[in-house]
Amino acid sequence: MYGKGRIIPALIIFLGLMTSPIWYKSGEASKMPKPEKPKDYTECVAPTQEMRTSHMVLLNEWRDDILREGGARTGKTPNGTEYIRSLQNGCMQCHSDKKKFCDACHNYTSVKPYCWDCHLQPKEAM
Amino acid sequence: MDSKRRDFLKIAGLTAIAGIAAPSAFNTLLKGEAIAAGGHGAAAPTGKRYGMVIDVKKFTENPGLAEQCISACHTIHNVPDFGNRKDEIKWLWIESYEHAFTTASQYKRPDALKDMPILTLCNHCDNPPCVRACPTKATFKKKDGIVGMDYHRCIGCRFCMAACPYGARSFNWRDPRGKDANGQPFIKSENPKYPARMRGVVEKCNFCTERLAIGQIPACVEVAAQTKAIVFGDINDPESEISQVLKTSFTIQRNPAIGTYPSLFYII
Repeated sequence: MYGKGRIIPALIIFLGLMTSPIWYKSGEASKMPKPEKPKDYTECVAPTQEMRTSHMVLLNEWRDDILREGGARTGKTPNGTEYIRSLQNGCMQCHSDKKKFCDACHNYTSVKPYCWDCHLQPKEAM
Repeated sequence: MDSKRRDFLKIAGLTAIAGIAAPSAFNTLLKGEAIAAGGHGAAAPTGKRYGMVIDVKKFTENPGLAEQCISACHTIHNVPDFGNRKDEIKWLWIESYEHAFTTASQYKRPDALKDMPILTLCNHCDNPPCVRACPTKATFKKKDGIVGMDYHRCIGCRFCMAACPYGARSFNWRDPRGKDANGQPFIKSENPKYPARMRGVVEKCNFCTERLAIGQIPACVEVAAQTKAIVFGDINDPESEISQVLKTSFTIQRNPAIGTYPSLFYII
């Protein structure tokens, strides 16, 4: 092969550079985010798996129901605990630290919700 | 062969007539429907419809009361104060008589009217032009008569501002959560129970729908409760306090001729 003395090392360097992000983060990729759960409460408004996958859908449903249909402002968990159907006044009552709860997963998955452009975070976490 | 051609021509002729006549007949029917939906017929008397009677005389007797109402409203709803008229956000504000009642004659009116603080807010019309103008359904009419807004859906096109004949809507030209040149936040004291808005959305009075939901009366009504300057309630309920006031007092509405059916009434 003509010029293999240069081509092969150059290819190896090129491949190394192209895949460098994978090597660079190789150790950390397996670390899953651990959102801090509230200590004083044991149950959420829906099962953990459902909350994990569709909390955003739930928030949209609450919003549309309350704003447009004049729906109930409070709901009850399966165990009968009453909660406020509101991000700011409901969710954040228990999950009071946005940085340790919301941001843990949102940063990991690179999701940038615009909730806090308008909604106010609990004071202590700001 | 001859008779067959005759038949063909007959059918072709009838089809052509039907084709020409059908659209115009269809249009006539549609027009009738449009008139029924948006005409000047009587407003539906059924269902809850929140309304307000504002007694302007009481505000003249109690100077500063109007300002207290505005301050309470704007504090509760995290309304920013940008410090200039151009960017002003107002849910509740004071208007002069000639600006509030543009259709009323100003000729030979008593001088006292000029200085009367007329408290104005969203009229929560029964036929709201803003709702019709909104392309995203960010603003809507609720079953209880309140014209609400979903700031998540607002794209800031300001069609609703152009449509509102009462100037009840304000646009956030600047970030309401920001700070002025001196480092002072535009929202003086944040109410953690209520959200703020972001730059590029329109906002307006919501008749304190979040307070009504938990059994409280609107903030401005609460502030003015002692003087009874504002009466709030269901205007479709003949037993309500507001219905009694409306039955016994002469009230006027802002620009009633345009058919918006405001839910706000003024005693001058």
